[in-house]
Amino acid sequence: MGITVNGTAVELPDDPRVSLLDLLRDGLHLSGTKKGCDQGACGACTVLVDGQRILSCLALAVQYEGRSVTTIEGLGADGALHPLQQAFIEHDGFQCGYCTPGQICSAVAMIEELRRGVPSHLTVDLAAAAIPCSRDELRERMSGNLCRCGAHNGIMDAIATTYPAETHPGAAE
Amino acid sequence: MSIVDKGKEAVQGIAQAVVKKAVELAPGALLPGGRPDPLIRRQHGHIGKPVSRVDGPLKVRGAAPFAAEVALDGMVYAALAYSTIARGRIAAIDTALAEAAPGVVLVMTHRNAPRLNPPPRFLTGDKAAAGDDSPIMQDDRVRWNGQPVALVLADSQEQADHARSLIRVTYAEEPAATSLPTADGCEVGTFMGEPLRAVVGDADAAFAAAPNKVEAVYRTPRHNHNALELHAATLVWRGDELFVHDATQAVAHTAWSLAQIFGLEEAQVHVGSPFVGGGFGGKGLWPHQILAAAAARLAGRPVRIVLSREGVYRAVGGRSPTEQRVALGADADGRLTAIIHRGVTPKTRHSPMPEPFILPTQSAYAAETIALEVQTCYLDMVANTFMRAPGEAVGTVALECAIDELAERLGMDPIELRILNEPDKDPISGRPFSSRNIVAAYRAGAERFGWDRRNPVPRSRREGEWLVGMGCATATYPYHRMPGGAARITLDAAGRARIDAAAHEMGMGTATTHTQVAADRLGLPLEAVSVRYGDSSLPGVILAGGSQQTASVGLSVMMAHQELVGELLKLAGNDSPLAGLGVDEVESADAGLRKRDEPDRFESYASILARSGRSELAVESSAPMPLETMHWSMHSYGAMFCEVRVNAVTGETRVSRFLGSFDCGRIINPKTAASQFRGGIIMGLGLALMEETQFDERNGRIMTRNLSDYHLPVHLDVPEIDVIWTDIPDPHAPMGARGIGEIGITGTGAAVANAIHNATGRRVRDFPITLDKLL
Repeated sequence: MGITVNGTAVELPDDPRVSLLDLLRDGLHLSGTKKGCDQGACGACTVLVDGQRILSCLALAVQYEGRSVTTIEGLGADGALHPLQQAFIEHDGFQCGYCTPGQICSAVAMIEELRRGVPSHLTVDLAAAAIPCSRDELRERMSGNLCRCGAHNGIMDAIATTYPAETHPGAAE
Repeated sequence: MSIVDKGKEAVQGIAQAVVKKAVELAPGALLPGGRPDPLIRRQHGHIGKPVSRVDGPLKVRGAAPFAAEVALDGMVYAALAYSTIARGRIAAIDTALAEAAPGVVLVMTHRNAPRLNPPPRFLTGDKAAAGDDSPIMQDDRVRWNGQPVALVLADSQEQADHARSLIRVTYAEEPAATSLPTADGCEVGTFMGEPLRAVVGDADAAFAAAPNKVEAVYRTPRHNHNALELHAATLVWRGDELFVHDATQAVAHTAWSLAQIFGLEEAQVHVGSPFVGGGFGGKGLWPHQILAAAAARLAGRPVRIVLSREGVYRAVGGRSPTEQRVALGADADGRLTAIIHRGVTPKTRHSPMPEPFILPTQSAYAAETIALEVQTCYLDMVANTFMRAPGEAVGTVALECAIDELAERLGMDPIELRILNEPDKDPISGRPFSSRNIVAAYRAGAERFGWDRRNPVPRSRREGEWLVGMGCATATYPYHRMPGGAARITLDAAGRARIDAAAHEMGMGTATTHTQVAADRLGLPLEAVSVRYGDSSLPGVILAGGSQQTASVGLSVMMAHQELVGELLKLAGNDSPLAGLGVDEVESADAGLRKRDEPDRFESYASILARSGRSELAVESSAPMPLETMHWSMHSYGAMFCEVRVNAVTGETRVSRFLGSFDCGRIINPKTAASQFRGGIIMGLGLALMEETQFDERNGRIMTRNLSDYHLPVHLDVPEIDVIWTDIPDPHAPMGARGIGEIGITGTGAAVANAIHNATGRRVRDFPITLDKLL
C-alpha cells in the first residue's frame, strides 16, 4: 500500500529518510509544494493530509502510508482554479509566488479548523460553540506561513472574501 | 569615386548617423528642453490600471518554475560542508568515509576542484556579478566562518546530506578580525567609486555654535534577506557550454561572470531565471553556483544545488551592522544650521561596498553646513552585500529619529520641522530636483492618518495597559537607471507584439507592468502583448536592483519603438495611407500607425506587414546613458505614519496602524505597486522591531541561522497597511515613473521608533526595539 497523492496511488520511497516534501518535489515532480527552510519554520511546504494541514518537510514519506495527500496541484477541480486561488490573484495575495501554495493550502485547512471550532492561542472562550473570527484571529491562524515579500494584507483579504461565513466579515476591523 | 573614397563616405555616413542618433535619442525624453515621454500625458491607457498579475494563475497553482524545479536526466544533488573557523588553513580534510557512502558520485575539495579564475566582484565591471571575489575552493585558506570547504554530489539529496556529514576537517586556526575592536584596518568607505563623505561648510563649528541641538548614536544590527526561496541552481555542461537554471537578479551579469571564472566566452554560458522566489539584493552570484558548475564539470553530470537555510546564512552575505552618530544644530526658528552624520560599519576585503548609510542624508534637508562620512572597518566574515535600500534603510533610521528628537527639543511638530527645512535644490550636488512633492505627501498623509489627533506630549495616551503613540518619518530612495538597458520588440503577422529584455521577475510584477507599458506604447490591447525576460540570451544588461528595472526596460522599449515606427514607415511604402510621413508625424494607436493630426491616415501593423510580405518585424534598441541623473537630483519620496501600542506591563510593541504616503512619480499599476510599497514597509517593521542576525564576535559565526531564530514579521505582526501616492509624473523619468521597490523599507524603522517614543517617552536608539529595551 502506498500513498495517495491528489487521487493517484504512488509508491513509498525506498529510502526511509525521504521527507514527504522531497518525495513530492524530487520523486513525483510536484514542485508546487515549496521548500523554504526544511525545518518546519516557514510553512512553504504545507500540504493537506486527509484534509488537515501539515508541514511536509517535517514528515517522513513512509509515515504516510495509506493516507491521502492533497497538494496545490490537486486543489482545483478538473484544472480549474480553486476559489481561493482565484481570490489570491484578485487581491494580489503574493508577489514572488514562492510561499503562495503553502499559504493557500494552509488557509483551506485553517477554514476547516474554524468550522470544527478548534481554538487558537488568541481564542478567549475555549468552550464557545462558534469562534468569533476577528482579523487578528485569522492572522494568528496563518502566522505559521511566512511571506517575505509582504503580501500579508492581500492574503487576509483573499481568505476573508472567499470564506465570508466562516470569517465573519462583520468582525473584521 | 575610388573604393577608398567610397569607404570614406560610408564611414562619414555612419559617423553622421551616429551623431544624429545620439542627438535624437539623448535629448528625447530626459534632458533639459527635451520632450517628456509621451506616455506621461496618456490618461486613458493601460498605465494606471490595477491589472492583476499576468503570471498570477501560474503562481497560485505552484506551476511557476523556480531554479530547483527543473529536472535534468542523470541529475545529481549537491550538499556543501562549511568551515567552522573564521580564518586559517585547512590542515587536513578526510573525505574517505564520504566517498565510500552510498550514492556518492563526487567529493570535491580544494585538492581536486578545477582551477578557476577569481569571481569578478560586483561593481568592478559592467557585468561583474559576484558578491565576493575571494578564490573559491582554490587553496587551503579559510577566509570566513561558514566558507564552503567541501561539496558532495550524490544520486539523492538524502545521500548527499549524509555523506557531507561524514567529512572531517582539521583546521590550523589563525587570529581573526571578528569585531570592530579587532578590525583589520579602517578607512573612509567608497561606493560606486566615490568616497562616502560629503562636506558643506564647517559643520562641527556650526553645530558647536547652534542654540538648539541634538546628538545621539544609533545602532542597527546585521540583517539577512531571507527570501523564502532557498538559493538554488540546476545546471549542466553540454560540451564547453554551461546551461544554468538560476535564481538570480542578474542573468546577464551572471552569464558573463561565470564565463570569466571558467575561462569561457560569454556566449558559452546560458543563464535562465524566469521566476525568483524573492531576492531583495541577496540573489546574485555566490559560491554555490560556481561550485556546482565546477562539480558538474568534474563529475560529467547535471547538478542541482539547493542551499539549506543554514547554508544561505553561511555562504550568502547580508546587510552589515551600523553605528551612526547624528548631530543636528538648529537656529531659534528650527532651521538647520548643521547636519552631521558619521559612523562606522564593517565590511570584508572581498565585498563590493560598505553599508552606505549616509546616502539618504545627502539630499534630505537644507542646512547651512553638512558633514557626512562612512568609516568602514575590515572583518573576517561572510561578505556583506546589498539588501533592500542599502544605505537608506538604516540611514533613515538614524537621521529621521534625530529629526524627531530635534522637533521635541524645539517644541515643534515634526512634520512642520521637516517642511521648514525642505531644500529647493540638492543640498550637496546643487542640482535641481526632477520632481519633489514630499510636502504634498506629508499633507495628504497627515490628513488621512489623523495626525492632528497625536498628543505631542509623550506617554499621554493610555488604553488599559496599552500605551498608544504616533510617529512619522521621511522615506527616500534615489532614482537609478543603470547603463546597459536594451529591449527588442517583435511584431508578428497578426499585429501582436512580444517584448524581449533580460530582466527579472521576483515579485515586482515585471511581465505585468511591461505588458501595460508596451501596450500603451504600441497602441495595442493587453492581450496582444507578451513579455519575455529572465534569460541571458535576451537583450540588455538589466540588474533587478536599485529599483531601476522598470526605468531601464521602459526606456529601452521606448527607444525600440521609435526605431520600429521608422521601420514600419519604410515597409509601408507608397501604397499606404501613411505614405510620405516621417517618424515624428505619426503615432501608435489601434494596433497600427496613424498621422498625429489626421487620424484617418492609418494603417494597422498587420496590414503593413502583410503588404510587405513579412511574417514578423523585430527591432532591438538600447537605452542611452543615464544622463538624466547628471542633470537632476532624482529620488522617490514618502511620508510614513505609524501608530503603535506598547504594553506597559510586558514591553511588547504592536503596530496598530501604518500609512505610507508616497511621491514616486507615475504609478504604472496600482495593484502591484501597492504590494511593493506594503512589502517594503513590512520589511521595515521587521527592521524596527525584530530582525537581527546575531553574530558571535568571538569566532565570527552567525548564530541565527534559521527562520526560527531570525524573526520575520508574521501575519499577526502585520496590520492593515494603508498606502496612497501623489501620482505626479516625473517629467524626466521614462513613463514619468521613479522606482518603488525599495522605498517602503526606508523611513519605516524611524516612524515606528518615533511612535514608540510618543507612546512611552522612551527613546530607543539600539535596533531592533525588542520588548526588553522598553521595560
